[in-house]
Amino acid sequence: MITVELFKLVRRLRTWLSIALICALPLAVAIFIAVTHLAPPPGEGSAFLSAVLNHGQLYPAAALALVLPVFLPVAVAVMAGDSVAGEATSGTLRYVLARPVSRTRLLVAKLIAVITFTLLAVVAVTVTSYATGVLILGPSRAAAVGTPPGGLSGSIAPGAGGAPTAGLQAGVAITSLSGTPLTTLELVERVLGAMAFITVSMLGVAAIALFLSTLTDSALGAALGSLAALVGSEILVTLNAASAVQPYLPTRYWLAWIDFFRQPILWRDIQRGFAIQAVYVVVFLAAAWANFATKDITT
Amino acid sequence: MITTQNLTKRFGHVTAVSDVSLDVREGDRYGLLGPNGSGKTTLVRMLLGLVYATSGEISVLGHRVPRHVHRVLPEIGALIEEPAAYPHLSGRANLRLLDAAGPHGARRTRRSRVDEALEQVGLAGIDRRPVRNYSLGMRQRLGLAAALVRRPRLLILDEPTNGLDPRGIRDIRDLLISLNDSGVTVFLSSHLLPEVSALCTRIGVLDSGHLVLQEQLAALQKPTGRVQISTDDPERAAATLDGLVESRDGADLVVRSADPAALNARLVAAGVPVRSLAVQRRSLEEIVLDVTGAGSDQFGVPGSEEAAAPPADPQDRDAS
Repeated sequence: MITVELFKLVRRLRTWLSIALICALPLAVAIFIAVTHLAPPPGEGSAFLSAVLNHGQLYPAAALALVLPVFLPVAVAVMAGDSVAGEATSGTLRYVLARPVSRTRLLVAKLIAVITFTLLAVVAVTVTSYATGVLILGPSRAAAVGTPPGGLSGSIAPGAGGAPTAGLQAGVAITSLSGTPLTTLELVERVLGAMAFITVSMLGVAAIALFLSTLTDSALGAALGSLAALVGSEILVTLNAASAVQPYLPTRYWLAWIDFFRQPILWRDIQRGFAIQAVYVVVFLAAAWANFATKDITT
Repeated sequence: MITTQNLTKRFGHVTAVSDVSLDVREGDRYGLLGPNGSGKTTLVRMLLGLVYATSGEISVLGHRVPRHVHRVLPEIGALIEEPAAYPHLSGRANLRLLDAAGPHGARRTRRSRVDEALEQVGLAGIDRRPVRNYSLGMRQRLGLAAALVRRPRLLILDEPTNGLDPRGIRDIRDLLISLNDSGVTVFLSSHLLPEVSALCTRIGVLDSGHLVLQEQLAALQKPTGRVQISTDDPERAAATLDGLVESRDGADLVVRSADPAALNARLVAAGVPVRSLAVQRRSLEEIVLDVTGAGSDQFGVPGSEEAAAPPADPQDRDAS
């Protein structure tokens, strides 16, 4: 069943179209920056964006920061929201279940397909933005036009220990947010860590959307419902008055992947981020299972 | 093959299936008749474990459903309301995908089983066109092929000839009869009386969720003890058979008699030219309307404009 779901994923035009759209945003941003040489000043704008004119290799991190808040979760919510409700609407669900495929197995296969999609999207963003960064951004071009030294910005990472203040000299080795230099191997490791963390960060949304997808036969309703939960969470995370519930919000540790670029890596929020996503997956997958396993399939 | 005991399903305040005790035997071609909205589809879905019964028991192929439905389903081919397929994939890809999704679909034999099923339903020549571009009739055939891929012992088909043209309907009827001859039990639901009449050996009639009749078709259609005679000289025929004539409509007479040969001999001896002479049997329509206690206009969705559709058109959903 899992291979069948993956086959369906890769054979759908929608999968590749949405991944292409997700990759298109960082590309467009890179083109604007390359043409104007106007990167956001350190401490403003999306994470890492201020540094990319000096360090094209850092562009994957900046690109991930660009797609993380909206593009990626929207795509994941649409995929997961459609997973059961879409098949219910088209009528294929009843044939799959009568094949027979156990309802539990179907849910797990759907979740795995959504995770695979997220991973594909994250890898695609990383690879395309690395190419973009090296080809059209990067130190040589920045140095040639005498861009003032930028700084890696970590200021939008809430709860990050110690505000990063390290400046970067154009053409100098890439340094961590804490100011110490990073070897290429370290950089690769940390980008991989960030990719894994961001993929896991999407699990909460995916589980909520999957749960809603078993509740309703409307794929759109399920996707929008989970996005509403997400937007609500993103608003509450910035609201001081809601500090009591903040540690439990699904988006609370979304930006903790930036801690991978500190020296040494700040594991506290990363671990909490993994833990909170695990809790959301367990709770909503259990709810989805409880609902789906006892549901009358009337479509 | 299929038995249910006092099966009841309520959706909120609506009772879709009420106290149904079905009995489908091995080798049957069982036709479940009932107007739209009478609970046929809900009943079929309960047999397949898709809808859970409110009360009552179901046994299919000797196993309890829904508890052991996973043991039963691999031996069942099912068509549940309309066929459904992934529209961007070809018919073949759809069948292979569905086969790969569950148990008892050996990869080794998949290609040949899929090809065989497509050939059985008359789709052997389909190309790589996506299902999106299929006609309604082709989709219906594809749905039937999907039910046949695993060479099931039992076919559960909900409205199998929906959307087919008259030729397609006959093709499918012949296919189901030949499968039945080779040992497959066929259970189908339909609101089309002529279809069930031509295909089934046993019928059940569902009316507002109640099973109001369940019997061998041959037993229901045994001679009524009357003979229908058509003659050029109805006056003399009526005089000859005085006392036996039950009704007369122009040149057609209905005569009470269990022995058509003797009747014919009497008429010929009296010099009455007999055009035709036939033993009267009740039509399925009469039988069904009798037990449902409803006028033919009610043998359909109440208030539906389709309810009054002429019975001659097999494409109509509510022909009665």
